[in-house]
Amino acid sequence: MIGLLDYGAGNLRSISQAFTYLGFKTRLISSPDEIKRISRLVIPGVGSFGPAIIQLRKRNLKPLIDEWISSSHPLLGICLGLQLLTEGSEESPEEKGLAVFEGKCKKLTAKKVPQIGWNRVQLIKEDQIFQGLPEPVFFYFVHSYSLMNISSSTIAITEYGQAFSSVLRQANIYACQFHPEKSGEAGLLFLKNWVEKC
Amino acid sequence: MLTARIIPCLDIDEGQVVKGVRFRNLIPVGDPVSLARYYYLSGADEIIFLDIGASVKSRKVMLEIVEKISSQIFIPLTVGGGIRDLEDIRNLLLAGADKVSLCTAALQHPGLIKEAADRFGSQCIVLSIDAARVGSGWEAFSYGGSTPTGVDAVKWAKEAEKLGAGEILLNSIDRDGTQTGYDLELLRAVSEAVNIPVIASGGGGTLEHIYQALMEGQADAVLLASGLHFGRLTIQQVKDFLRQKGVSIR
Repeated sequence: MIGLLDYGAGNLRSISQAFTYLGFKTRLISSPDEIKRISRLVIPGVGSFGPAIIQLRKRNLKPLIDEWISSSHPLLGICLGLQLLTEGSEESPEEKGLAVFEGKCKKLTAKKVPQIGWNRVQLIKEDQIFQGLPEPVFFYFVHSYSLMNISSSTIAITEYGQAFSSVLRQANIYACQFHPEKSGEAGLLFLKNWVEKC
Repeated sequence: MLTARIIPCLDIDEGQVVKGVRFRNLIPVGDPVSLARYYYLSGADEIIFLDIGASVKSRKVMLEIVEKISSQIFIPLTVGGGIRDLEDIRNLLLAGADKVSLCTAALQHPGLIKEAADRFGSQCIVLSIDAARVGSGWEAFSYGGSTPTGVDAVKWAKEAEKLGAGEILLNSIDRDGTQTGYDLELLRAVSEAVNIPVIASGGGGTLEHIYQALMEGQADAVLLASGLHFGRLTIQQVKDFLRQKGVSIR
């Protein structure tokens, strides 16, 4: 069972439908006791960094994620979910992130922000989550901030104005800046690999 | 680098895909769910549905279609046509739309763009502008291109960006369904005026037209309807052509 963290940051329908289409069961996780029933956790989300962190605290979900991470259960952060796993964001400097990944998110520097559309994801490390994807591979992005740090956890990068980390991995924790649930067949394969191989 | 997006547009009237010329003479071209699924598998980068019936019945059928489509198509879905208020937007997003496109309601009450962007995020608010050449400029029309508003289309695009629109869907009324090419001057005027993506619509008939819209028109995406529905063009053909011309394409 895959838990989708429900902390009020956007619509969880598309991600849940993508997993359902792939034949995996999901449930929404909105309180700490529900987490016992799941084996994988997804932190989805669109919206702003600050309000998201505040919601996590309000709903008492922050300790739950911290514990999930320290017991190294499988986790996938998507879009804002990736940003929450960094040390923080320029978008809301007063709030701290979950600090799994090094660095803070910064505003994109390209002419048109937010980045809306399909962009190339260049794999810089081999990983089972990429297995079977075509080359070059494109995913669908919608975001104004991203993690410009390219650290030892970065497994793929994307160029938009400048390069940023588009997929990261630290042990059992994965994160992607794009929306796999909106990235067609490549996105579905990425999600399937995460469930079956990661 | 972002790729240019190829976006099939399905005009829907009471559950059927239809297509007209200059916004008139509608003829049915098929079932929305199977057509959308076909375009998805052929490489469409996004799909736009416009409810042109916009009656109560048509609206209800539209929600059902969006629900069905979003469970089997995993690319962004934009829905427009007859959206009046925040409640309409919320219902469509909950049914599975990723973005909504506003036209007449935003012209009547520009504050709706800001309210919608504040509540749901700019990324899901597309402003659709139906523009026709009037004198030396272009005027925005409401009610499916039927009613002049006196609003300058380029100024309207800039204002919408300020209010929080995430993208502009720019339809040329003069070119709609004519297959004579996009209105490149209109496209360029709007693309140069705003820093949000512009989707070219109205008039695309040949591969060269599409290339021109992206290059000379500086559009970020092109919307295709008649050319695809009537089988004169396929998405694969469009993408192969653009790739050969050196355009970045998924």
